[in-house]
Amino acid sequence: MAKTVVQEFTKGLWAEIPPFRIVLGLCPTLAVTKSVENGIGMGIALTFVLVCSNVVISLLRNIIPKQVRIACFIVVIATFVTVVELVMQAYTYPLFLKLGIFIPLIVVNCILLGRAEAFAAKNGVISSFADGLGIGIGFTLSLTALSIIREVLGSGTFYNIPVFGPSFKPFSFMIQAPGAFVCLGLMLCVMNMLGKK
Amino acid sequence: MREMIRLLVVIAVFSAVSGGLLAVVQKGTKDRIEYQQLKFVKGPTIHHILEGSSNDPLVDRFKLPDGKEERNFFVGVFDGKADVVAFEVFGKGFGGDIGVMVAVNVENDEIVGIGVTTHSETPGVGSRAKTDPSLSEQFKGLPIKEPFKVKADGGQIDAISGATVTSRGVCGAVVGSGEIYMRLKKDIIEKLKAFKA
Repeated sequence: MAKTVVQEFTKGLWAEIPPFRIVLGLCPTLAVTKSVENGIGMGIALTFVLVCSNVVISLLRNIIPKQVRIACFIVVIATFVTVVELVMQAYTYPLFLKLGIFIPLIVVNCILLGRAEAFAAKNGVISSFADGLGIGIGFTLSLTALSIIREVLGSGTFYNIPVFGPSFKPFSFMIQAPGAFVCLGLMLCVMNMLGKK
Repeated sequence: MREMIRLLVVIAVFSAVSGGLLAVVQKGTKDRIEYQQLKFVKGPTIHHILEGSSNDPLVDRFKLPDGKEERNFFVGVFDGKADVVAFEVFGKGFGGDIGVMVAVNVENDEIVGIGVTTHSETPGVGSRAKTDPSLSEQFKGLPIKEPFKVKADGGQIDAISGATVTSRGVCGAVVGSGEIYMRLKKDIIEKLKAFKA
């Protein structure tokens, strides 16, 4: 049980990488990964909220009464999500418009509640910080990988820069909703094959 | 009973702290968000109708109270004189309110230009009020006090074919802007003095 801080951090990058290993938080994963910019933006927003809420919940874990812990977690998470929302509006307004409803929806993201309930409420501040950072970076990497595949194939661009010649015909299925499911499914499949010993 | 009170107190304290924090963040980002919204939502229209001005109308702006409302005015400096103001008014369209930015020259009360900012008109039909300049061009150079009407109502403005209701809404908005302008003209001129270079 006694894992080191480094282990808590690195488990989020491979062994428990969301959403491939912990299949949680699929709603934003499927919806926003149309372009690399969106994927990275969403990942960073979630990482910030996850780290902050993990630290705060871990600090307060002895004060929060068992019966109302979920309500308290939601208050903490919602506060940080609103902070992110305001900051994004103030500094990256076009990205905020693109991510739209998925920023406020971070509140009900299962990864956040899952980490709060399963980890931060039982562990110390430093390991909770490492856990949040690891899972958050893992989530960002996954979203980026997924959005690279979808954007390159679906729009023929990478970070809005065209990668193919003008003769390339975009495979627009990839940037639509079904493409998201197919792409995520294939990636899950590859991850499972790699993880099998 | 005691337990119950403890739970209530914890939740109440949580919510209060969270509310306080959010109020601080909201206050800190308020001006910036307002500027960003102006820049990305209304900015393109403002820059279009005040084309050729030597200042940035988004920076040179002032507010005036109008009844219970507060209105934003954007200043355009032409040939070294700050004599054009642009402000937003709303008219009833086919699918909801149409926001129209109207720029007026205070020297001769003539319309410098108008442009649609926000609308929820039918895409491809009423939405042409924003994309197709043929409607908005007609207002250029006309005195703002005129009672604008579409030709179908016995007026002087050629409606966009198939979008009479939308065109009527735009006319109504411009008429409304004339009323606001006459009501606030004194204050506007007073405020403009601060911008004279």
